[in-house]
Order: sequence, then C-alpha cells, then structure tokens
Amino acid sequence: MSSKLYATFVLDDILLGVEATMVQEVLAHQQLAQIQLAPPEVVGLMNLRGQVVVTLDLRGRLGMPAKAVDPSMVNVVLRTPSGAVSVLVDSVRDVLEVADHDLVVPPVTLSPHMARYVTAVHKLDGELLLLLDAVGVTEPMVLS
Amino acid sequence: MGTDDGSFVADNDELVGDFLVESYENLDQIDVEMVRLETEPSDELLASIFRNLHTIKGTAGFFDFENLARVAHAAETLLSNLRSGETVVSRPVIDALLAAIDAIRCLLDDVTTTGTDGSDPYDQVVEHLTVLTRDAMSTGETDAPDSDLVSAPLGGSGRDDANEDDGDDFFFFDEDEAEDEAEDDNEDKHNGEEKGETKEVGDGGDVAEPDSNVDTVPTDPGGPNQPTTTRSKPDFLDRVETSVRVDVAVLDRLMNLVGELVLARNQVLQYRKHNTEQDFQNTSQQLDLITTELQEGVMKTRMQPIGRLYTKMPRVVRDLAVDCDKKVTVTTEGEETELDRTLLEAVKDPLTHLVRNAVDHGIENPADRRMAGKPETGSIWLRALHEGGQVIIEIEDDGAGLNLDAIRDKAIAVGLVGTEEATEMSDRDIAQLIFAPGLSTAKTVSNVSGRGVGMDVVRTNIEKIGGSIDILSTARKGTTITVRIPLTLAIVPALIVGCTEQRYLVSQVNLTEVLQLEPGGDPRIETAGNVQVLRLRDSLLPLVHLREVLGRQPVDLLESGADVAVLHADGVSFGLVVDTISDTEEIVVKPLGAHLKNIEVYSGTTIMGDGTVSLILDTVGIARSAGLFRERAHLLEEVADEERSERRAVTVQVLGCRVGTTRVGVPVALVKRIEEFSVGDVEHALGQDVFEYRGGVMRLYYLREALGMLPPEQQSAKLPVLVYEHRGTTVGIAVDEIIDVFEVDAESGLSVQAPHVRFSGILGRREDDLINIDEVLELALVQSTSSGLLGLKGVQ
Repeated sequence: MSSKLYATFVLDDILLGVEATMVQEVLAHQQLAQIQLAPPEVVGLMNLRGQVVVTLDLRGRLGMPAKAVDPSMVNVVLRTPSGAVSVLVDSVRDVLEVADHDLVVPPVTLSPHMARYVTAVHKLDGELLLLLDAVGVTEPMVLS
Repeated sequence: MGTDDGSFVADNDELVGDFLVESYENLDQIDVEMVRLETEPSDELLASIFRNLHTIKGTAGFFDFENLARVAHAAETLLSNLRSGETVVSRPVIDALLAAIDAIRCLLDDVTTTGTDGSDPYDQVVEHLTVLTRDAMSTGETDAPDSDLVSAPLGGSGRDDANEDDGDDFFFFDEDEAEDEAEDDNEDKHNGEEKGETKEVGDGGDVAEPDSNVDTVPTDPGGPNQPTTTRSKPDFLDRVETSVRVDVAVLDRLMNLVGELVLARNQVLQYRKHNTEQDFQNTSQQLDLITTELQEGVMKTRMQPIGRLYTKMPRVVRDLAVDCDKKVTVTTEGEETELDRTLLEAVKDPLTHLVRNAVDHGIENPADRRMAGKPETGSIWLRALHEGGQVIIEIEDDGAGLNLDAIRDKAIAVGLVGTEEATEMSDRDIAQLIFAPGLSTAKTVSNVSGRGVGMDVVRTNIEKIGGSIDILSTARKGTTITVRIPLTLAIVPALIVGCTEQRYLVSQVNLTEVLQLEPGGDPRIETAGNVQVLRLRDSLLPLVHLREVLGRQPVDLLESGADVAVLHADGVSFGLVVDTISDTEEIVVKPLGAHLKNIEVYSGTTIMGDGTVSLILDTVGIARSAGLFRERAHLLEEVADEERSERRAVTVQVLGCRVGTTRVGVPVALVKRIEEFSVGDVEHALGQDVFEYRGGVMRLYYLREALGMLPPEQQSAKLPVLVYEHRGTTVGIAVDEIIDVFEVDAESGLSVQAPHVRFSGILGRREDDLINIDEVLELALVQSTSSGLLGLKGVQ
C-alpha cells in the first residue's frame, strides 16, 4: 500500500497540507520588500540566501477573509516549476504520513475557491486535512 | 573498453559529445568557406575545407558512424580532385558539396538525438558526388571502373586522401589504437556483408572506414599531399594548447557565483563606512578590487564575437538567392563585436530571419535591378558595433525598399488600422507596421516568408532581451533594419533612487543625467495642460512623478525641491521626479518571477548591499505607463522639436489665421489639414458642434470662444477649419479666416504671458500671437465636459 508524507499547516482554523517533497524549507518571519502595483496576494519579496523569492498570502485565493500580515506568521517555501515560492501561514504542524487509500474526494460543501485547489481530503481525529495542489495554488492568477 | 557488453558509442558519451560540438563548428566554417570558394577559389580555402571535412570523417569512422563517414568521404574525394585540379570549381560542384554538408549535418542531428547516425545512407548525395568525381577523372589518367557506390571513389586519386587521412587520424587517435582494434572486430561481427566488403577495400587504404587507417599509418607515411598534413598538425596542437572547451552550464554557474560575490562585496563595503580599523579597510579594499576583476574576467568568458552568427549568413543568403534566382552578396562588418553568449543565442534566429527577409523581399531579381539601373548583384550589409553599453546590429540591403502602399492596404484589410487612420499615418509609421502580427505583403507564400508570422516574432524576441528594433526604408533604394540589444544582462551599473521609504534602481544605460530642482517652484518647470515639462537647455522634457507611477501618495515635490533623473528609452526622453537620488551601485539583475512580470514598470529585482530586495525600474514601462508614448507625448515632442528648430533655424512656419480682429498663428506642423465647411453643415449633438467628416464625426471648436471673444455679429457662410489631431481623435478648430503661411522669427519675442499664447511674433508685418492649440483644446474640453453647452457654442 503506498503512502505519502504531507507537510501540514494552519491558515485561520483550517488544516491544510501539501506533499512534503514540495516543501523546500520553513522560515520564521522574514523582512519583505513591498511591491507597489503588485497583485493583492503578493505580500512581498524576500532575500533567501541570495535568491529573490516571492511571498504569497493564499487567503484571498482560498476565499478566506483577509488578515494583516504579522510577525508570528511563518513562511513555507515551496518548490514550484517556476522556482521557489513562499506561502505565509499562521503556523506549521507535523509532517503526516497518509496512505493513498485513506484519501477521499473533497466534499461538495467546500467553497468554490477551496474546491479549485483542494485535491483530496484526509479525515483526522475531529479534524479534516485538506490537501492542496501546491503548484496550482502558487501559480500566478490569470486575470479574467 | 566495454565493447563486448554494449555499444561503443554509449560507452563514450563524452567523446561523442565533443565530436558533435567540434563537427558542428567545423561545418559552420565549411559553409562559409564553401560559399567563398564559389566566388574566389583558392588553394588555401580548399585546404581548409578539406581539413575540416577530413576531421569529421576521421572521427565519424572512429565512432563507427558509417553513413556519416561515407558521405564525408565522397565529398572529400571530390574536394581532393578540386585540389589537384582535375575538377574545376563550378556551381554544380559547390551545390553537390553543400548538399553533402547538409547531409552530414542531418546525420549529426541523428547522432545527437538517437546516438546512431540513422538509417538513411544518403545514397543520392553520395552518388552525385561520385558522378562528379568520376566525370572529372575520366578526363584524367586513371579511371574508376568500380560501380559500387561505396568503393567507387576509392580508385585513383582516392589514395591521396587516404594518406592525408592517415596522418591526421593517427594524431587524433593514437592512444585509442587498441580500442580501434577491438572495435573493428566488434563491427565485423554485426555488420555483415556490406561491412566486410568495405573493410576489405579499406585495408588497402579505404577512407570510408577510417578505423583501419590507424593500422595503415606506418605503412603509408608519405604521399603527394604530405605537406598539408604536416601543416594541419601544429594547427590542431595549437588549438588544444591555447583553448579549453568549457560546458556552458559551468560558465553560467560561475556567473551566478560571481553575482553572489558582488553582492557580498557590496555588503562588506557597507561595513567599511562604519569600521575604520585599518586592516579591515585594506582587506575590504582588496576584496573590492579582486571582485571587480574577477567579475570582468568571468563576463569575458561569456562574451562571444558576433562573427559567430555571421558565419552562417553567407550560406543562408547563397541558398536562398539560388532558390529565388537572385544574385546577392553579403558583406559583414564588426565581426569582432562581442556580446554575452545568451544574448548571442537569443538574436540568432531573429537575425537570420531578417537576413532571409532581405534576400526574399528586399533584393529584386536581376532583371528588375537592371531596369532600375542597379548592378544585377544585390548587396546585403551586416554591421555590428558597440555604442553606449549597447550592441547595434544593422541589416541593410540595396533592394526595392518596402512597398508602403501594399503595407497600408494590407494593414487596412486585416483590420490593423482604420482607413482614415491609415491615410493619416506617416511613412515611418507605416513601415513600423510590418512588425505587427499577421501582416505579410508577400503575394505568394514561399518556403521562406510570406506567411505573415515572422517580423512580429522577431520584434518580440528582440524586446524580450531588452532590445529594440527599428526600420528605415527608402523606396527603390533599400531598407535598413537596426537592432539594438544590451551588452549583457547579468550585472549592470544602476542608479539608486528613493520614493517614499523604498529604494528603486534605474539602469545607467537609460540615464542621461541627474538634476536637482530648486525648492519653491523651479523656474525651469512649465505646465502645459496637465503635463509638467522641464525646460532643459534647448528641449522640453516631460516630467513623470515616480510616486504617481507607483500609485503612492503624491507630494508636491516641486514645492519641496526634488531630484530628477533624466531618462531615455525607445526614442523618448523624460525626467523622472523622485524623492531622492543617492548613489550608483553594481547590481546583479534577478528575474521578477511569474507573479510580478506583468507589472510593466519593473524590469527585475536585485539584492542590495544591505541584503534587502529592491526593484529595478523599467524605463520604457514607466514611459508607457505615464502615457508618454501616446499622442500627447508625440505632440509634446513635436512642439519640442519645433521649438528646437525654432532656436536653431530661428524661424518657424506658422499658419496665420484671423479671429475677430486679431491675427493668430498656429505652427504648421500641428495642423493636419485645412478645410472649408459650409456653416449649414454644422450639426449640433450632445451640446457639441460636430461635422460629418470622412465617414466619421468630428467635433468642432471655435478659436474665437476659446480666446474669450464674442461671437461675430455677422457670420459668413463659409467656415475655415483647421483639422487637428488631439488625443487620438480628429477635431476641427474654426477660425474666421485663413491668411497665409508665414515664417516667424522665433527669437524676436518670447515674453508674452497671456493664456494659450506661446509667444508673440511678427506675422508678415503685423504683430500676432502664436497660440498653443493644445492648451486651447484642453481648456475647451474641460469646459465642454464640465458644463455641456458652456464650452464652445454654435455660431448662431
């Protein structure tokens, strides 16, 4: 039976996960350069050991209410096809091993925003882990 | 070596890789030399082509690329005849040889993709070469009776090459002799009949089977062509000793590391300001110097002469010219001009396309050229030079020039521009249309061009690397296309500017100068409409506020005194008003990333000396976002130009008009057309007086009203109107009478401060005002939009 490791983190009161192999590193609050005229989800640019990495706030994209960036937030740096992208989350949790057969399709009650990026759901004790499409959720928004 | 358990090639990936790289280079050189050979045959050229081809053949044989070796051999045999004079250089011979070169290139491509030289033996090519060789030989003393394709070239003079061959191969492979042996056996095992046959002959000096040549070296030490062989050896040795092949990826990595080092250096230099310890000062200074030198050195390794691109051109032009039945020569200049290899790679295709275009569309066929009184042979010039941190590449032809009418018609047909618009466009603007997508005026689609894709792709590709492209065409004289590209993209000097709390960078390439404005309203600043301009020496410079561009809180910087960076890009100059200008720094340009690349005012990011991330401003993007490329900017420029010419030529052409009892002048350059309408044709719509004009509706303004005069008591039936373009739309300005065009002495009076009046001058003998139409219109627009009818009312 195959299983995968998932890095999990919290945004508001929702437990989200991405495949652990997608995560490059987790960083505490970083100094960010603000970018005028940038799309709202772009919080800023950080200097990650000489690499310039864009930091995103996924709340808007996932249909969650906006929240001001505060120093307690954590950067989860993801490896994406277009380079490293950092995602701001409220806190990080454990890395969980989930067997493939324990994954279920996302419930239809998920908000349309969420439904776009949640690929599967795993039931934990009293909690749902929503697995995100890490590549899709960090892709630049296409203006419609 | 592992010849027993796998393919020899697979075991020698690296060697094969080297072989491919070298062979492609050799082919490029052969291409150039071959074309030259056709026009000016010389022994030296022949020898060089022969050597290069020979190297390919020898190595191909070594790796057991039979098809490759066979084609190369056949070509070589023919070349050998050329050298001995048995065959003379002629068009069919060159054609056959070029076909062989192409075949070899295809075979190399096969090797690149599949690891083998494919299954196509290129029999036709080989046969053609063989026939040409044989024809020549039948006139010589020996004949080649063998009808077998493979062995046909082996008789007679074929032996001569074998000798040369041997010399080279020996040198090339002598350490691998043992492998060769093993390989030969292996080969025989799985290559069956044909192979055996070849080998048989090969032992007697066959060149299609060069593996065996190693064996024959000692027994065949001399030959008629021996001198060439000995000459080629030191050549090769020299090359080995003075240059090393380096994987591009290694260079790129090196470049990145140097970039990081530059950043670290910048950081250290920051500490130097606070730490006065002598040792630290000395060490950091040294670090600074070494870093700079290292950076230059590494940059140099990435620089390549543009001549590398040129080498392909004579062949491209020749083939195409033959296809189109034209005669064309290419002249190249500035081959030694160097630019970064990534850029070189990026301009390769656009440049080739432009050259092909010049041959296909630019140069006329010989008959037409004769009729036009030009030499039958058309010329294309390729020039490259460095200018102000940029590389400029010009492609000039002496052909027919662009067919502007055809372009105009086509642009209208495909809906690129309206009919009205098109008739108003200048020739220069029309010429630029060829860079628009979907526009090709070629009457027939050839395999070269005419599909209407191409020039737009060329422009896109050039712009992608921060370059620009421009076209200048003169009917019947020819076309010149100018491509400008930056020297390198990686590390650039930049100016640090401050806006609110943030720092931004502007590439020095776009920087003309830095100015400081006097606090409390600089007298050099003037406001025209809602555009601020700075009078700088003899030009008017539009001012763009960085705060506005970036959507930040505007501050009256003109009041508090601000800094201005004078920038230029794409033919537009403007002053960027910023909070502060601090310093310059060498920056390592890093890409914006997918999330930000659509913001036009930024071109990249960088990490500053203190480790913070800063954004690099895109000069063209800012100009565009500030609307400087639009009509208004155009106008400002025209006004500025005109004003410049006023100063220089002292006079300016002015259209004198009468309005009421005053006479006013309008710069002729601003007036598109003069029309006379009948008053009865004026219509009233939406609180505006309008005319039907050229299939559209044109708004009408009355200069009389704009200048605060009362309507005339008696209206004449005819209404003279100056047709004028304002913000992309055509408007009409009604005056009472048009008098004449006057030359105005611009120096004579510049002092009048009345509204809308730019200056007073003498029109004819009377003193008149030269009005600023743009401002008049601005005012009229404000009035008509704010209070409808209040603006410029009807005549009644």
